[in-house]
Amino acid sequence: MRQRSLLILTAVLTTGALSLTACGSRDDKGGDSAGGGGTTVVIGVDAPLTGDLSALGLGIKNSVDLAAKQANEKKYVDGVTFKIEALDDQAQPSSGQQNATKLVADKNVLGVVGPLNSSVAESMQKVFDDAKLVQVSPANTNPALTQGQDWNGGTKKRPYASYFRTATTDAIQGPFAAQYLFNDAKKKKVFLVDDKKTYGAGLAATFKAEFTKLGGKVVGEDHVNPDTKDFSAVVTKIKNSGADVVYYGGEYPAAGPLSKQIKASGAKIPLVGGDGIYSAEFIKLSGKEGVGDLATSVGAPVETLPSAKEFVENYKKANYKDAFEAYGGYSYDSAWSIIEAVKKVVDDNGGKLPDDARAKVLDAMKGVSFEGVTGKVSFDEFGDATNKQLTVYRYEGGAWKPVKSGTYTG
Amino acid sequence: MNELPQQLVNGLLLGSMYGLVAIGYTMVYGIVQLINFAHGEIFMTGGFGALTVWLILPGGTTMWLALPLMIIGAVIVAVTIAVGTERFAYRPLRGGPRLAPLITAIGISLALQQAVWAWYPGATSSLTFPEIPGGPFHLGSITIQTGDVFLLTAAPISMAVLGYFVMKTRTGRGMQATAQDPDTAKLMGINTDRIIVVAFALGAAFAAIGAVAYGLKYGEVNFRMGFILGLKAFTAAVLGGIGNIYGAMIGGLALGLAETLATAFIADIPGMQQLGGQSWADVWAFVLLILVLLFRPQGLLGERVADRA
Repeated sequence: MRQRSLLILTAVLTTGALSLTACGSRDDKGGDSAGGGGTTVVIGVDAPLTGDLSALGLGIKNSVDLAAKQANEKKYVDGVTFKIEALDDQAQPSSGQQNATKLVADKNVLGVVGPLNSSVAESMQKVFDDAKLVQVSPANTNPALTQGQDWNGGTKKRPYASYFRTATTDAIQGPFAAQYLFNDAKKKKVFLVDDKKTYGAGLAATFKAEFTKLGGKVVGEDHVNPDTKDFSAVVTKIKNSGADVVYYGGEYPAAGPLSKQIKASGAKIPLVGGDGIYSAEFIKLSGKEGVGDLATSVGAPVETLPSAKEFVENYKKANYKDAFEAYGGYSYDSAWSIIEAVKKVVDDNGGKLPDDARAKVLDAMKGVSFEGVTGKVSFDEFGDATNKQLTVYRYEGGAWKPVKSGTYTG
Repeated sequence: MNELPQQLVNGLLLGSMYGLVAIGYTMVYGIVQLINFAHGEIFMTGGFGALTVWLILPGGTTMWLALPLMIIGAVIVAVTIAVGTERFAYRPLRGGPRLAPLITAIGISLALQQAVWAWYPGATSSLTFPEIPGGPFHLGSITIQTGDVFLLTAAPISMAVLGYFVMKTRTGRGMQATAQDPDTAKLMGINTDRIIVVAFALGAAFAAIGAVAYGLKYGEVNFRMGFILGLKAFTAAVLGGIGNIYGAMIGGLALGLAETLATAFIADIPGMQQLGGQSWADVWAFVLLILVLLFRPQGLLGERVADRA
């Protein structure tokens, strides 16, 4: 009897252990910006700074840090010194919400950049909206975040007025990939895989709709658990389905091994994904087998835009340990849009921050418009970026090489 | 259904890996009735041990020379950490309430994960693990990778060696005696402290071999790799009958096959489309566990006290 109760206890503890790993935020103070007199405005950052997605998360954190440093250096806003406060959400919605509460509690925080994951954003939106605190995500691509759950049914309704993003949505990204695959790459039979998360499932769904509309065939569908590394069963299904391309809705920690295992099984077909796999980590994880895989990402290639040269140079100069990755440029622009809004508020108030600074900054966000790293940055009535450019990249010679840039037109 | 042979092989491979790790859970449980939740992390450190050996070796070393050294490195690291945790974390708590070592195990598990994350260079993200060149091999419609060949040989050999050790050697018989009744075993002159250390060490060694297989198969190691795998291996140990070393292997294979076949074929059953696919594989694996425990609460091979070791 004693043993049985021990087993039950163990089962309970196991569940506990599972959720334990999800909590416990690790404070990361981030890079301290140069000090100076006057008011200090804190820009919050929320991103996965540890774990599988940390490569993208650290790129976001560093880019925001760079924006704050540049603003301080140029004395862009008179009498205001910018500082960042970076929190780790470990890609978990529960941690994201805790972080949001923490950032709201700090009165100096006038804007937040992040998060990386759409699912995390869902848990944060209401907290920020209640506090009228501006949130700008450089990476969330789920359409529902700005256009409401019924965006696909035609009734677009903005759920939270405090949420903005510099990234384009999956409503554009999925179809863009479908058009490229069908028209340019001449792929007709696709096997769809997603990770059931807000981002992955949404992306796969928009891709599927456009691909079938064009006349392509979906020869199989599967959903994977991104925590496992063994996709052998799915891979065997893909191989036997006769598909000539695999579309994956999800992120690189699962996509890399999946691509590698598909090729190892003998099916020499490319894996295609969204901005979630557009990372140097994908190249590392998929190894030499991944050559030829494709990824779409929002905007034009950061490195080729003239407006981005300065950013790339400054990022190098700042000597960050980690690369700026897929969202570096968008993170910089997100942070800069907050800085622009703060500047407007301060200028309108005679050089000082007003008492209701958060609400004023939120108001000012709507009119923000400037030439950023990724092109012109401004927001439409839903809080979405007005810049709707996308690029297809191919994995070649150890890096992602841009293949085709364009905008998706319905 | 021409998918079936390949899916069976996939399941066997996954199951062998679970089995190798499950041995550690079952041996420690058999002797001290402790569920060593840190075992998944012992497995993980084994993987990093092997990787470290590979990084130390001069570039261009052939896998045939490197692999044995990597296994030795993995085993040394895993065994050292396992024995260390036993000596400094579990032994002081022996004789205390059951809960204390269990909570300690969870603590060690988190501590090991975070230690590797913080101090192993580059371990904040996945690290590339070397692969055996050559392959893949084709047997009819079945494709087998070189990394899988290692797992397919290592698992049965490990099992045979363990079986021989427990049944035939003095220490092995001492383990059986300690499992049956620690106090009497002590009276008969068996150094039970030493037996317990051996149990931890053996479990760690098999986990280390499993970790090398994991690295070769998936081409990467990361600081969280032991968490999910450890839970699955624990499940395998319970499924097979915790405390029984053959049960651990059988439980591992059953679990691996269940997951793979559920992924492959559930979605093809009319009306089950929604419940198929890899994201539901764990659900089906645990349905199997519940069913087995309902009808055979002692697990597949039972908790035959006499064989417990």
